[in-house]
Amino acid sequence: MSLDTSALETEAAPSSRQRLRALVGGDLGLVPVLVALVALVIYFQVRNSVFLSAANVTNLFIQAVIYVFLGMAEVWLLLLGEIDLSLGWVAGMAGSIAAIVTNVQYAWPWWAAFIVALAVSAGIGALWGLFVVRLRLPSFIVTLAGNFIVEGVLLYILDHVFQGGGAPVQEKVLSDLTNGNLTPTWTWVFVVATVVVSAVVALSRERARRRAGLANAPLYRLVVKLVALAVFGVLLALVFNANRGSFIPIQGMPFAVPLVFGVMVLYSFVLARTRFGRYLYAIGGNPEAARRAGIPVDRYRVYAFLLGGLTAGIGGLFYVSRLGGYSSSSTDSTVVLYAVAAAVIGGTSLYGGRGKMTYPVVGGIILAVIINGLVLIQVSATMEFVVTGVVLLAAVTVDSLARRSQTLLK
Amino acid sequence: MSEPVTSESAAPSVTGSAASGDPAPLLRLHAISKSFGAVQALRHVDLDIPAGQVTALIGDNGAGKSTLIKVIAGIHEPTSGEQYWLGRRVDAHTPRAAAELGIATVYQDLALCDNLDIVANMYLGYEETRRAVLNEVAMEVHTRQTLADLSVSTIQSVRQLVGSLSGGQRQAIAVARAVMRDAKLVIMDEPTAALGVTQTKNVLDLITTLASRGIAVLVISHNLNDVFAVADRIAVMHLGTLVSSGPAANYDTASAVELITTGTTTRAA
Repeated sequence: MSLDTSALETEAAPSSRQRLRALVGGDLGLVPVLVALVALVIYFQVRNSVFLSAANVTNLFIQAVIYVFLGMAEVWLLLLGEIDLSLGWVAGMAGSIAAIVTNVQYAWPWWAAFIVALAVSAGIGALWGLFVVRLRLPSFIVTLAGNFIVEGVLLYILDHVFQGGGAPVQEKVLSDLTNGNLTPTWTWVFVVATVVVSAVVALSRERARRRAGLANAPLYRLVVKLVALAVFGVLLALVFNANRGSFIPIQGMPFAVPLVFGVMVLYSFVLARTRFGRYLYAIGGNPEAARRAGIPVDRYRVYAFLLGGLTAGIGGLFYVSRLGGYSSSSTDSTVVLYAVAAAVIGGTSLYGGRGKMTYPVVGGIILAVIINGLVLIQVSATMEFVVTGVVLLAAVTVDSLARRSQTLLK
Repeated sequence: MSEPVTSESAAPSVTGSAASGDPAPLLRLHAISKSFGAVQALRHVDLDIPAGQVTALIGDNGAGKSTLIKVIAGIHEPTSGEQYWLGRRVDAHTPRAAAELGIATVYQDLALCDNLDIVANMYLGYEETRRAVLNEVAMEVHTRQTLADLSVSTIQSVRQLVGSLSGGQRQAIAVARAVMRDAKLVIMDEPTAALGVTQTKNVLDLITTLASRGIAVLVISHNLNDVFAVADRIAVMHLGTLVSSGPAANYDTASAVELITTGTTTRAA
């Protein structure tokens, strides 16, 4: 059995063409996006040296959290070629519920509040999903309608059910989601553990393949990745552990960072290593093929909407935590567009079938960098919209070109 | 050479060389009819599909070839008639029932996911898992084994995305997927349409390999060159009727064309 050696016998394409195919076919993964991120960071740091200060970097990560969660929520849907335009208000709904029921007036324990808030957001998502699969309606329209409905219901709740037009966060765990920090020691423990676990997992996978006689990617690539991860982790730990307080010392990695990371790892695992994830990709790539393979396509569509709602709900908890409460002016309908932008800037395809949970993390950080940096260099808020729009347009253009050249090369 | 048996009289005995003395064929269709409302798409079709042989189903557009393979694949339930699997009467009237018998259909669109790699496509819907986690190593080993068994040598890596493969390679993956699931009868709908010369040759080689492994292959094709290159048996359809079937040696291009266009042949080939 020698598939690899006999490869060049007949119709193997010339290697330059294949290299081109790999280049435009999205095989570079996150590399171009990371290059863009580094360029942005350098630009803002040159323009204003406060940009990379410990306080600002921490602030930037907290800012990115909502985009990252909403972006991950959209990835569940974009993978199937669907979209959920109501996720911004769904997040607001979950955050408001958590803030209201943990308020001194009701004083629910935080975990009960989180469960109810997330159940509501997941339920709303699943409801849109049912409309899409049962009535064969386009998700764009269903969730656009849903966006108005959720907005109206939420504003009604904020104005009438809970008097005073807003729900302040009065519960410690909810507040700590974005305001609490690991101690410097635990920050190091988290960073070191992450690098060690990543290395062990990668190496054991490599060993299992070698034992089965399968080809591995060259070892240097793995080493480069692990070293990059370690360097990045150490830099983050140093920044987070620097004192960023003015009067009392504030140090340590915000809780939000390991929490976002944990959700990303869990989601990535589900997508890459389980049947569930495999079927989502299959449906996104070719729904008819998935159906013929016996995959219950409609049920998976509803699951995706449910997971989108759930993930947006998690983001909502962090959002309300950061704002310190939720009022009728806390958000608007553009938040969800940033969510789609975060997913797509990272490299998720709008056409379905291509995307990873790491993409909205990088995309969300890029958005936060732009928004945060433009404020620091004192560009007006209107320019923020323009720059964000240009970045999104560039990302979508790359996506579309990659797709087209892939079909052309076939 | 004897004249091809014409079966317009639809005798209950079976046509062609696999006659009553031989062991039961893998699949025997007897007097299969199928109507869609007033339209009769198939009339009393009798056909034997023996194991280990390539049966080519030829006929003009609208002759009923597609309807017939859809009946065999369990997509259409016949209006009347019987099917025998290894001599036993079966009613495989759902795709699942047909698949359980070992009937696999490779449609023209191949039903592959371009965004997944070869291994993922081969196992789609049948993934191997260990404690709920995809067992990629086992699936990759098995995929390579299957492709090697079928002498598919043009694939560089089974971790390539299917979207990057040529038409012939995609066809090979779709067939290999059927073989990996222990298909005993592989139905191929126009497998060489839109393929270049080299790729056509590869696919035809693959069809021959399948038959040599004891698998029955039913091929629909418009390309008579391809048909005569691989077919052990030929069945000709005309206006919903199976007008002729028998060993490929009983036919030549001229008689095949005449049967396809007129439903009868005046030639003794």
